Amino acid sequence: MRNFLSEKVVGLKPSGIRKFFDIVSEMKDAISLGVGEPDFDTPWHIRDEGIYAFERGKTFYTSNAGLKDLRAEISNYIKRTQGISYNSDNEILVTVGGSEAIDIGLRAVINDGDEVIIPQPSYVSYEPCAILAGAKPVIINLKAENEFRLTPEELLNAITEKTKVLVLPYPNNPTGAIMERSDLEKIAKIAIEKDILVMSDEIYAALTYKQKHVSIASIEGMKERTILINGFSKAYAMTGWRLGYACAPAQIIKQMTKIHQFAIMCAPTTSQYAAVEALKNGDEDVEKMRQAYNQRRRFLMNAFKNMNLECFEPFGAFYVFPCIKEFGMTSEEFATKFLMEEKVAVVPGTAFGDCGEGFLRISYAYSLENLKIAISRLERFVSKLRNSKS
Amino acid sequence: MREELLSIIEKNSRIDFSELAILLGTTEDVVLDELSKLENEGIICGYHTLINWEKTSIEKVTGLIEVKVTPQRGRGFDNIAERIYNYPEVKAVYLISGGYDLLVILEEKSLKEIANFVSDKLSTLDSVLSTATHFILKKYKDHGTILNKETKDEREVITP
Repeated sequence: MRNFLSEKVVGLKPSGIRKFFDIVSEMKDAISLGVGEPDFDTPWHIRDEGIYAFERGKTFYTSNAGLKDLRAEISNYIKRTQGISYNSDNEILVTVGGSEAIDIGLRAVINDGDEVIIPQPSYVSYEPCAILAGAKPVIINLKAENEFRLTPEELLNAITEKTKVLVLPYPNNPTGAIMERSDLEKIAKIAIEKDILVMSDEIYAALTYKQKHVSIASIEGMKERTILINGFSKAYAMTGWRLGYACAPAQIIKQMTKIHQFAIMCAPTTSQYAAVEALKNGDEDVEKMRQAYNQRRRFLMNAFKNMNLECFEPFGAFYVFPCIKEFGMTSEEFATKFLMEEKVAVVPGTAFGDCGEGFLRISYAYSLENLKIAISRLERFVSKLRNSKS
Repeated sequence: MREELLSIIEKNSRIDFSELAILLGTTEDVVLDELSKLENEGIICGYHTLINWEKTSIEKVTGLIEVKVTPQRGRGFDNIAERIYNYPEVKAVYLISGGYDLLVILEEKSLKEIANFVSDKLSTLDSVLSTATHFILKKYKDHGTILNKETKDEREVITP
């Protein structure tokens, strides 16, 4: 029999997180700090709206681009949070999670051999999506001393004649890093000069702890060369509803919609009705959850300081990214040993790119009670390691 | 910070000052100072414990009593409210808009004791016109906390 498998797909590396969590799910009393989704339930009024949509029999497809009302609310939301105006008729596409938007956004713009610049550590989907779209991924290894921000020098070094897209993953998973306006202005200048498209994944935009998130699309000259991606999963704790969106120039949205209509048809209808309610009346819920995350973030940063564990202060998403280089182990060794000895699961930084070596991703999408137990175990583990070394 | 502090201790009044300071990103002195201000201003009125009495062997009955009263010249409802809330068995008294005037929440050991309170003490007050008594059969949620709720992490393993 022939080998029926696609070489491209077979060649993709499986996600590094999986292997690890197969062990965790086997372990009974393990505490996980590995999950990348909010621990909150979707706010009740949003769930209620979903139920109401069912009751009214809203069980049909929506238009391919998504409910008109929802696109209008997304347009309002981006306008009031980022000051950018997107036409809800042709510049917004509702997708199945932000992840679909990443996939079809890349597919809509890539020709074979185009280069896509991906700063890492970052979300694990960009690279395989770029490869599947036919692009050559070009990785930038971000540095801890820059707080994992993308610097203009790093970008310039990665640009070639074939560069077409820069993926800009901020606020960042897994590092929690953010890019401020002044950082973005420098990146924007290069993007314009070198005529590059930016795919800005802003799924964590609502979760920042220093100042409000700034989108690169709000910088002069950038809206026409940016695909802005956001969604409902992180801000509104709606992961299971599978709903995201892309805002981009009409000609790009038009091509993305083509792929979306052939592959997906439309995003889930109930979710879309619930999302209208989220955007209309959800600000207060988001603020409450943001406040809770911020308290946990402060708790963790303080705990790291007390145990002398090196960690830059992250101001976005719900992750901290402490450095464990002092222990002379790889991230995976550390994480495995920590799991085996203390039954706490954290994700090795290498799951998010080779330059994540020496770091751990710790998610604080867990209750403070859980975090306290996990941190006391980490403290014990760290001092054990230090004692055995000296 | 004030609002955030209040929302934390509304859920957990036993949290210690050093932890509060960490969560709020400030110092213990600032927290202590703010707490004493809140107490002095009468914004924090007490630190209570939420108890699910149903799970104990102690019998408790809660009654909600709607009371219609005649307001008094110059003092409105305040006088009569005071006469009612001074009884220690009265847990809460609210002035209510709508079909009746005062809502009185009463906690006693038995239905009979509540009935006695209503007939002996409440109805006999001059300005009380009528009462309607309701008994609480089950508390599902109290002070924003869902009672008898199992908290389990139901998030499944997913990559990425």
